[in-house]
Amino acid sequence: MTMTEREMSTITAQVNGEVVTVPEGSTILEACRRVGLDLPTLCYGPTMSAANACRVCVVELEGSRALVPSCSRKLEEGMEIRTGTERAEHSRRLVLELLGSASELDRSGDQLDSWIEDAGAEPSRFGPKAATVATAPKIEDDLYVRDYGRCILCYRCVDACGVEHQNTFAIAVAGRGFEAHISTEFDVALPDSACVYCGNCIAVCPTGALVGKVEFDMRENDTWDESRQDVTRTVCSYCGVGCNLDLHTQDEKIVKVTSPHDHDVTLGNLCIKGRFGQSYVSSGRDG
Amino acid sequence: MFGAGGGTSSYREIEETDLIIMWGSNAREAHPIFFHHVLKGVRNGARMFVIDPRRTSTARWADVWLGIDVGSDIALANAVGREIIHQDLQNREFIDEATEGFDNYAAGVEEYTLERAEEITGVPAEAVERLAHEYAKAETAQLCWTLGITEHHNATDNVLALINLALLTGHVGRYGSGVIPLRGQNNVQGGGDMGALPNKLPGFQDVEDDEKRAKFEAVWGAEVPPKAGKHISLMHEAMDEGDLTALYIIGENPLQSEADSTEMRRRLTNLDFLVVQDIFLTPTAELADVVLPAAGWGETEGTFTSSERRVQRVRRAVDPPGEAQDDIAILSAVARAMGHPWVTPTAEEAWDEMRQLSPLHGGMTYARLEELGGLQWPCPDVDHPGTLFLHGRLWERPISGRRAPFHVVEDDPPVDTLTEEFPIRLTTGRRLDSFNTGVQSGRYSSPRRIPGVLDLSPEDGVSLGVSEGDRVTVTSRRGSLQAPVRFDRSLRPGLAFMSVHFPDDVDVNVLTIDAWDPKSGTAEFKATAIRVEPLVSV
Repeated sequence: MTMTEREMSTITAQVNGEVVTVPEGSTILEACRRVGLDLPTLCYGPTMSAANACRVCVVELEGSRALVPSCSRKLEEGMEIRTGTERAEHSRRLVLELLGSASELDRSGDQLDSWIEDAGAEPSRFGPKAATVATAPKIEDDLYVRDYGRCILCYRCVDACGVEHQNTFAIAVAGRGFEAHISTEFDVALPDSACVYCGNCIAVCPTGALVGKVEFDMRENDTWDESRQDVTRTVCSYCGVGCNLDLHTQDEKIVKVTSPHDHDVTLGNLCIKGRFGQSYVSSGRDG
Repeated sequence: MFGAGGGTSSYREIEETDLIIMWGSNAREAHPIFFHHVLKGVRNGARMFVIDPRRTSTARWADVWLGIDVGSDIALANAVGREIIHQDLQNREFIDEATEGFDNYAAGVEEYTLERAEEITGVPAEAVERLAHEYAKAETAQLCWTLGITEHHNATDNVLALINLALLTGHVGRYGSGVIPLRGQNNVQGGGDMGALPNKLPGFQDVEDDEKRAKFEAVWGAEVPPKAGKHISLMHEAMDEGDLTALYIIGENPLQSEADSTEMRRRLTNLDFLVVQDIFLTPTAELADVVLPAAGWGETEGTFTSSERRVQRVRRAVDPPGEAQDDIAILSAVARAMGHPWVTPTAEEAWDEMRQLSPLHGGMTYARLEELGGLQWPCPDVDHPGTLFLHGRLWERPISGRRAPFHVVEDDPPVDTLTEEFPIRLTTGRRLDSFNTGVQSGRYSSPRRIPGVLDLSPEDGVSLGVSEGDRVTVTSRRGSLQAPVRFDRSLRPGLAFMSVHFPDDVDVNVLTIDAWDPKSGTAEFKATAIRVEPLVSV
């Protein structure tokens, strides 16, 4: 392995005037991270190919007419990258405002809140008449909820269900323009679709549009409290593959199961038993 | 294989291999995340052969599906071996330098022509030929199997027949080439590693080896019985003969998981004394004189070992309910009650004692397991990085250690023969969302759950005059049950399938046969002869 790294050719470029050298094939985002700049990303997931959908991570590239998505554009020799320029910030602010005006982003995590704040974005500035993707949550079974009023169409769920991870192809983007949305085949209910309930789409959803039923219910009832939750790393109790699990517990109950994205067995993926089948631990031991 | 029992390869190798063989394994449903690695391999250009009586969801990803008749695996493997030899495609250098017994093997497979294989297995001769040629010619190849190979009365011979093929072609001991028995339960590998086998001490050290035993005796301060114990099928025999009258069962539900459950109930109820230690009051526990409530997964500390020999930490996330305690605490308390002054060790203390005794695990401190996200055995000392794949020594010249032996094995059809009275072959297995007897998986609500049903081919449905949902009587030579019919196009006429997950509703093990493999003790869950009769509605 070290031999390979040694033989691998490298690329040298500049980020905000600072010289950076990275292995060939690295993206601009990776180069930025190498110099300690963590750019916002929404549709990019470290275990997946870039979807190139959200345009939150754009940077300026000397000589390029358009801003470039840092998550997918490969670094080339001699490139001069500038981040946080007025043009890049203006674009990011607008993207965040458009996404935030159309979709509910209040379950997208603290990071998104701070990006919106840092960019000075005001999603409400389009006024109450701004078009939204608001729609009633789809609750079709006891395992998970599709709350598409929070969807920003980043495609990560589609890619995770498809070629990137699960290869089940139960969901895809249907419709065009503002009508585009994530759908099962012929828009059938999830239990009637090809879905195998691995929940690997939940694992990559950045906005909480896809969420476990237990978490959804607790959030609706205002009992979901991450400050009171512990996360315990362990190994799944079912088959012998050895998937690592993070058990999220609150009040001595498992409220969510995830797998670490940097674990090389799972890359964050699980099967239906691993993700949803551990409730027996907290269930009454009445036989 | 050749000593320590474990899969030779790491999951990442299957992503980069040239040929994947899934033999008697429906990993898409039974090992879904391993199958993610398989799919990466397929997408990277690997070709895949699936050998399974059913056209499973795994088989649907294959380039070639070999729809073998249940229990004819040895005939198929031997024919593959013969074809490779006859076409002179074997790896001569590897055979000469690293193996022994080739001539006997070649003579042993001589009668397994492609035509004879087709006759015995139902697989077209061309498909057998193709498998032989592609496996022999592939630069790298991974051969994986599961219970479709091992739940037979000749399980060990089945495994040996497959290992012969790996030796013949040199597909073992190199990155990308290996043999992988996928483990069905979270720690079945670790249980074996730790000596939960009747003839082994931790680290696969032979209990009948005086030197090995002495090493353990010195640390344990107690004498270890010098003879191998009984595996489960021998225990059944001893119970039948009245030699075994008391049983202490930890974390098993044999009343529902063992073949021929009517016999099993008789055995368990005839015991003088039965102790069951479990996390639930299972039907087996209901028969017990003493039930010891154990803390379960998520409530205890320890390690599991996966199908790539990776030891990983298991941790407590919630407190055990009521009076339930760690297995270690219960066992220590039982020892104290018997007059031994045992102090209850922590999981880490027990592990560290084992590390002194098992060279395979010597370097696996909890701190390293934590830091490195697990380690793959063998890992003899704390500077050792763990072992990506086994048996690399077979490629050293001259090889270090003993040569890998070929074994001559013969076709030996299922014990429960098909007759006019019992014309349909029933095989059993798992479905994606459920697990074994359902003790754990029955407690969550799955939209994909298929309850206890008899899966039949639509063709058999027509000839029996039954429709989907109709209840039928299923009868084997041992028992009878009723179940609704479900049609499954992955089945061929004459082949039926039942899952093992709902013993309370449909106790499939009333039907199965407890013919068992003399070497491993595994029962022939995969091959039952049945007849199916429509239920006359009243």
